[in-house]
Amino acid sequence: MEATKDAAVHEHHALAGDRKDLPVIGPGHTLSSITDKITSIVLRRDTPLAWAASLAVASTGLFFLVVSVAWLLIKGTGVWGINNEIGWGFAIINFVWWIGIGHAGTLISAILLLLNQQWRTSINRAAEAMTLFAVACAGMFPLLHVGRPWLAFWLFPVPNTMGVWPQFRSPLLWDVFAVSTYATVSALFWFTGLIPDLATLRDQAKHIWAKRIFGMLALGWRGAAKHWERYEIAYLILAGLSTPLVVSVHTVVSFDFAVSIVPGWHATILPPYFVAGAIYSGFAMVLTLMIPLRSVYGLKDFITDRHLNNMAKVMLATGLIVAYGYVMEAFYAWYSGSQWELAMINNRMFGDAWKSYWALILFNVAIPQLLWFKSVRLNPFVLFWISIVVNIGMWLERYVIVVTSLERDFMPSAWADYYPTKWDVMLYVGTIGFFFFAFFLFIRFLPVIAVFEMRSLVPARDPSARKGAATSSTANTEGAHG
Amino acid sequence: MQHETPTLYGVLAEFASADELVAACKRVKAAGYEKVEAYSPLPLHEVNHALGHTSKLSSLIFCGGLTGALTGFGMQTYISVFDYPMNIGGRPYFSWPSFIVITFEMTVLFSALTAVIGMIALNGLPQPYHPLFNSAAFERASRNRFFLCIEADDPRFDLAEAKKVLASTQPLLVEEVPH
Repeated sequence: MEATKDAAVHEHHALAGDRKDLPVIGPGHTLSSITDKITSIVLRRDTPLAWAASLAVASTGLFFLVVSVAWLLIKGTGVWGINNEIGWGFAIINFVWWIGIGHAGTLISAILLLLNQQWRTSINRAAEAMTLFAVACAGMFPLLHVGRPWLAFWLFPVPNTMGVWPQFRSPLLWDVFAVSTYATVSALFWFTGLIPDLATLRDQAKHIWAKRIFGMLALGWRGAAKHWERYEIAYLILAGLSTPLVVSVHTVVSFDFAVSIVPGWHATILPPYFVAGAIYSGFAMVLTLMIPLRSVYGLKDFITDRHLNNMAKVMLATGLIVAYGYVMEAFYAWYSGSQWELAMINNRMFGDAWKSYWALILFNVAIPQLLWFKSVRLNPFVLFWISIVVNIGMWLERYVIVVTSLERDFMPSAWADYYPTKWDVMLYVGTIGFFFFAFFLFIRFLPVIAVFEMRSLVPARDPSARKGAATSSTANTEGAHG
Repeated sequence: MQHETPTLYGVLAEFASADELVAACKRVKAAGYEKVEAYSPLPLHEVNHALGHTSKLSSLIFCGGLTGALTGFGMQTYISVFDYPMNIGGRPYFSWPSFIVITFEMTVLFSALTAVIGMIALNGLPQPYHPLFNSAAFERASRNRFFLCIEADDPRFDLAEAKKVLASTQPLLVEEVPH
């Protein structure tokens, strides 16, 4: 038995083309152990107390969301800190922050699939869920920012009695299409990935209602070769579509800024620097979620140090691109010789928002340089704190970009200051609450790791199987010990 | 086509490994069976090769994408040039470069919808009932085992013969699946 195990481990390393020091999956796993380990998180009958407590905390945040949205709808956007000059404020800062966070999920599930990176396999499902919830949070802000969200369908080209159409030359309208397409495609990608796992849950569940609900969601999936054939085509093409899509989405978000003539926004560096920033903050959020998740649920065999190491490296690389963006912004302002650009960068670095600017440089540029050290990348505790720091830094970046360019307009008579109100803060905290609320529900009711994809990381053989040992009557009991 | 036994869906064999399933697929195909399907907990390219499955889904998705591109560009051109022309910053009405972003998004949207809906529809899903779900052993097809089924509506189907062929492929189990 021991010899078989060693052989299996050896073979799995060979299969995964793997580095021996940092494998993508713990040793000794089989098709059945993977299935049982991941589905048990969903199918266990007792609900862990820690989960219930976390959900309770998150639902407090959700309560803030409901209250602040209700108050906003009653009173209007005047309850926010926005004014004539700074018309965007928290709503757009938070929109860009959330949508950027979502991009890491798509990068992991789509781009790393196309690049044949096997380490994506155990993190793509949770990262895609994160994308979906982050995009939902992001979508709320522009929707509420229009002031009368019940008329938001006017943003779409819907024939109407007024005989007017949207203005297709505006980046703000491009954004409507980009974000709604992104939300739809992310949901499709996520659900498609879930179908075979829902079938597994249907077959593994003992409770009749669990069987029925997962059975309905699984659409009757039975793993037929013909089905897999079409499934793989659809999945691969979705990955191929999502890859340019995710780049386009944050590019279009940056167009909201760059196509205007506002100093600090009107720069060609914005699209690449926004996309890099999005991936940077997204990977930070993936780490923020995964590091506690893998220790609480004992998933260190599946989300290994290799994953943390690689994600930290992606963060380091994208963080450096972002740092280059900051340098170029200052260089452009100086090299342009334009008094407006110079005044803007001077105001950004040394004006009222100087603390935010230098804090973002500290959080996004200075502290993440620790990731050059392997010992830091392999230390989950330090990595977790760096990920939090980057999340804050990326929020400050959007704050600085939005506020410093708007608060000092071309004419001093149009200068203004921006102070968020408690409703701004409450709505922001509310979306964070919603995000974690949805994520905790996801952890409890759906497999956090793509089971069928994990199966491809081990030899496609069940070592526990002996000829004649299995009959249909022993299927379930035999399964429990695998 | 006359069924050998109308209440029988097929004969199902269970295997412990993907390699054994692939070998069995080849043997059953060589024996001349056409209506054969393999079931596995993960996608296996060799099985599709052995069974000779192909799919027209990719071309369907291409058509979906093309429809999306034409819809997106056509809609913007119709609205901005013909139905509601407006002077925006002195640009020509047919300022096509500004239409490219939405054209691209619509292409992606239509392709993705075609990919997912097409995959589900061509697979005949949702299908809450399938005869194979009558087999208790088949629950393992989504866990750790590999299955091969010779269906009863195969023109060459003969119960005893099919069982014999499957038994010769070293399965863990061979059983009849009722309708």
